[in-house]
Amino acid sequence: MARDLWQPVRILGKGPWSLLPARSWSMLTDFFVFAAGLSLFYGVVVLARSWFGPFNPQVEISRDPRMLPMYAAYSLLRITVAYVLSLAFTLVYGYIAAYNARAERIMIPLLDILQSIPVLSFLPGVMLAMVALFPRHQLGIELGAILLIFTGQVWNMAFSFYSSLKSIPREMREAAKIYRFNWYQRFTQLEVPYAAIGLVWNSMMSVAGGWFFLMACEMFVLGSKDFRLPGLGSYLQTAASAGDTPSILWGIATMIAVIVLLDQVIWRPVIAWAEKFKIEQVESTQAPQSWFLEFMERSHALARLRKRVVNPAREYLRMRFARRHAASAQEAQPEAWKVWLGRVIASLAVVVILYAVVRAGAMLSGLTRGEYHEILVGAGATFLRVIVALLIGSLWTIPVGVAIGFNPRLAKIAQPLAQIAASVPATALFPIVLLVLIRVGGGLGLGSVVLMLLGTQWYILFNVIAGAMAIPTDLKEASSMFRFSSWQRWRTLILPGVFPYLVTGLVTASGGAWNASIVAEYFRFKDQTYTTTGLGATISRATDAGNFDLLLGSTIVMALVVVTINRLVWRRMYRLAAERYTLET
Amino acid sequence: MEKYYKQPDGNRIQVIAPTDLEISPGKIIALLGPSGSGKSTLLRMLTGLSTPSSGEVLWHGKAMSGEIPHVSIVFQSFALFPWLTVIENVEAPLAARGLHAIERHKRALRMIDVVGLDGFETAYPKELSGGMKQRVGFARALVVEPEVLFMDEPFSALDVLTAENLRSELLELWLNKKMPTTCIFIVTHNIEEAVLLADRVIVLGRNPARIRSDFEIDIPQYRDRKSPRFLAYVDYIYKALTKPDEEMTAPATAARVAGNGQEKQRKKFQMLPHARPGGIAGFMELLADRGGRDDLYKLADELAMDVDDILPIVDAAVMLGFAVVREGDVEITPEGRAFGEADIQTQKRLFRDAALKHIAILRLIENTLHAKRDHAIGEEFFRDILDEHFSSDEVERQFDTVLNWGRYSEIFDYDSETGRLFHREDAELAAAAQEE
Repeated sequence: MARDLWQPVRILGKGPWSLLPARSWSMLTDFFVFAAGLSLFYGVVVLARSWFGPFNPQVEISRDPRMLPMYAAYSLLRITVAYVLSLAFTLVYGYIAAYNARAERIMIPLLDILQSIPVLSFLPGVMLAMVALFPRHQLGIELGAILLIFTGQVWNMAFSFYSSLKSIPREMREAAKIYRFNWYQRFTQLEVPYAAIGLVWNSMMSVAGGWFFLMACEMFVLGSKDFRLPGLGSYLQTAASAGDTPSILWGIATMIAVIVLLDQVIWRPVIAWAEKFKIEQVESTQAPQSWFLEFMERSHALARLRKRVVNPAREYLRMRFARRHAASAQEAQPEAWKVWLGRVIASLAVVVILYAVVRAGAMLSGLTRGEYHEILVGAGATFLRVIVALLIGSLWTIPVGVAIGFNPRLAKIAQPLAQIAASVPATALFPIVLLVLIRVGGGLGLGSVVLMLLGTQWYILFNVIAGAMAIPTDLKEASSMFRFSSWQRWRTLILPGVFPYLVTGLVTASGGAWNASIVAEYFRFKDQTYTTTGLGATISRATDAGNFDLLLGSTIVMALVVVTINRLVWRRMYRLAAERYTLET
Repeated sequence: MEKYYKQPDGNRIQVIAPTDLEISPGKIIALLGPSGSGKSTLLRMLTGLSTPSSGEVLWHGKAMSGEIPHVSIVFQSFALFPWLTVIENVEAPLAARGLHAIERHKRALRMIDVVGLDGFETAYPKELSGGMKQRVGFARALVVEPEVLFMDEPFSALDVLTAENLRSELLELWLNKKMPTTCIFIVTHNIEEAVLLADRVIVLGRNPARIRSDFEIDIPQYRDRKSPRFLAYVDYIYKALTKPDEEMTAPATAARVAGNGQEKQRKKFQMLPHARPGGIAGFMELLADRGGRDDLYKLADELAMDVDDILPIVDAAVMLGFAVVREGDVEITPEGRAFGEADIQTQKRLFRDAALKHIAILRLIENTLHAKRDHAIGEEFFRDILDEHFSSDEVERQFDTVLNWGRYSEIFDYDSETGRLFHREDAELAAAAQEE
């Protein structure tokens, strides 16, 4: 009955639309493209006015929800600029490390160490330096925030690009060489495409990490100075300080909206577009799709732009590089001055490093016995907290992750939800969680574990889901055919199957937990300071008090602990996973 | 020229023995050799992708010195760029040479048409079948009109029918002069392919690679695979490949010479063929069932196996004294017959006896384990020994084979956790003795 009623309506509904020329649809897209371009331009002008305006470290943060779009735009811009910087750095650093064997031996271990230095320890140094550089403009403090986000997101991208370059198949490289690709052609047709997928996924992770640090560094105290930048993070902190629940909810809603929007308008299209860079022999049946990408592809204005501007520019570059390459094909030997320049730069770097080490040693010798004691005890306390957070995280995520991974119908519902939950930066939630903790009456000693958990459990969950999905159906069927008890099933199939993925998740989570300890163990809230014993608290306190000796000492200890744990525990676990628990197909 | 790798300890791993080779236009030249014999290394030196350790490659009489000459390569893995469409892939080498867009497009279209791919210009490689992908590889290689077209096992990633089809099309293009190249140099391990296509065949021996035989095939094209002359060439090449120690004479007389070659002094550690004991046992059982003697080529054909798959097994059987190879025929020995007809436990015992008798490295392991008090020793000890004889990749493969053979025949046990080889019974006895 119902169907009969609906059918004519559907035909009628389809009729007039199908008569409309396809062009009007593209006009709509064009209109959207122009509007977006215009609003982007407007936004840049407004922001530039504020950035180059007078220096004002303590912008008054309004709790009016109508200010939220403005604040969100400010935060977004910081993230964007930081990301562009990271990408540029990644391409240069990864390229040099992959092609210069001598540089590689220094650059890659350096990357490993830089990765384990807690980002927020850079905060005071970077901020003071930037403010000193641009004392009269807002630009200084903005650049400080941007650089901080940059340090939070750049390392894994650089690492991904480097390892992609190193793993380009030999025959593809040889094809590029035998067909005389010049530098530009090799870069655009071989290297970047090959690295694209890894770069895209790492970019997504990095930007998510960027939100985490942005929230923390939009509002902080440094010695006697109180820095505030207009943005979502400072809005949430202000709202939480005032105990203003509606504002908090508005802030969080905006945050989620921005993240979902970014996902739909940037990441989904980019992933769908990057699908063509996948190295696969046959076309996969379920390629990622994006409505936004399809929408944009319909735009005539963009197509014209591509035809008139992008393609000729590309052709010009190609020809330019090809001719230059042909002209310079003869001279293979590097010129003498280049060799000498390299040597001068290297020896300068050595001098600078030596100087820095000496100065750092001098600073460390200024630490009192009490401060040393505090650092060591703190390291122990934070270590325990990280372990507890990882344990709790694993305890709930393993069963839930396996359940989701084994059940496609559940996965369809749970995965997007978990993705949204995971993409809300934990630092944005800290003030709220703290508010609840204070009302309930738990101390920050326990509370900080909750805060760490909030930031890191998702890494474990997503990896466990991926691991459970990767367990072959044959093995599952075999285990039910032999009537394994559920304990046996877990022990012989599920746990070994998800182990490699679990290790990957735990490594990321452990790094994240150490980083989070800096914000989690020490909190200023409504003119009061909540703190507990811990290395993160020591770092935060040193930042607050402007005690750079203590900051350096505790940062070095944290980096050392993280590097040691990586070497002693995670690397072994990785090897075990690779040797024993890899499911080969 | 020659190629070797220097080890940190000053030892040299010789990959290619000093070799002299000349290529002249107007011919299809096939370079044949067992896998791992250094064919690809040789090809890469000829194309300028890799430089010889000593000696030089002359291009039109002039030393190449790191430049890439005007040549192309068709790769085994196709090596197409998956993010470029068919036509973009074919245009890429032209863009590298600074040709304008319109000219690029025109030439690429023509070449795509020649290889029979028109209509697929805008497809991505992943939408194509293996044979079509390799057609794109051909088009990309030919579009620059190379002087020499190098092909590195171009058909071995394809299924039998597709490969056959492409081969005959290649030959047709070449014979009808539709191919803008003056010379084709094809690297292959497929004997029949070489005899079918080539005007000249170069057979490589291995460890290190050296030219075993270099001769012309004087059968006019198109060749009949069933003709006696064709089969004589195939048999001759089989012999050159399977009897690495025998002096090779020119193929015309080879067919008539009786093949009772004298065995040369065994090298201290032979290079073990990478065959599994199970495969060797299966092969011996089959050979025993078939009356103890069969044509290798026929055998491979009937088993629908590739040369690369069956040769290591035959090599292993010969090395263990289970079989001998004569004139492309493989013949079972009394030991081989006993082995093939035994039950599993006896097979293990016979394998053990043969291995200890013929395989130096296994004998060394047995003696070492016997001599040590705890009857166990770290794998590094034996790896170091192998290191002096083989390249690092080959050491891995050699060691894997040693493990396979030794564990199968119960010469030793291996604990992958600790990386130790041990003799289970002896070790248990020793432990018990210590407790007492």
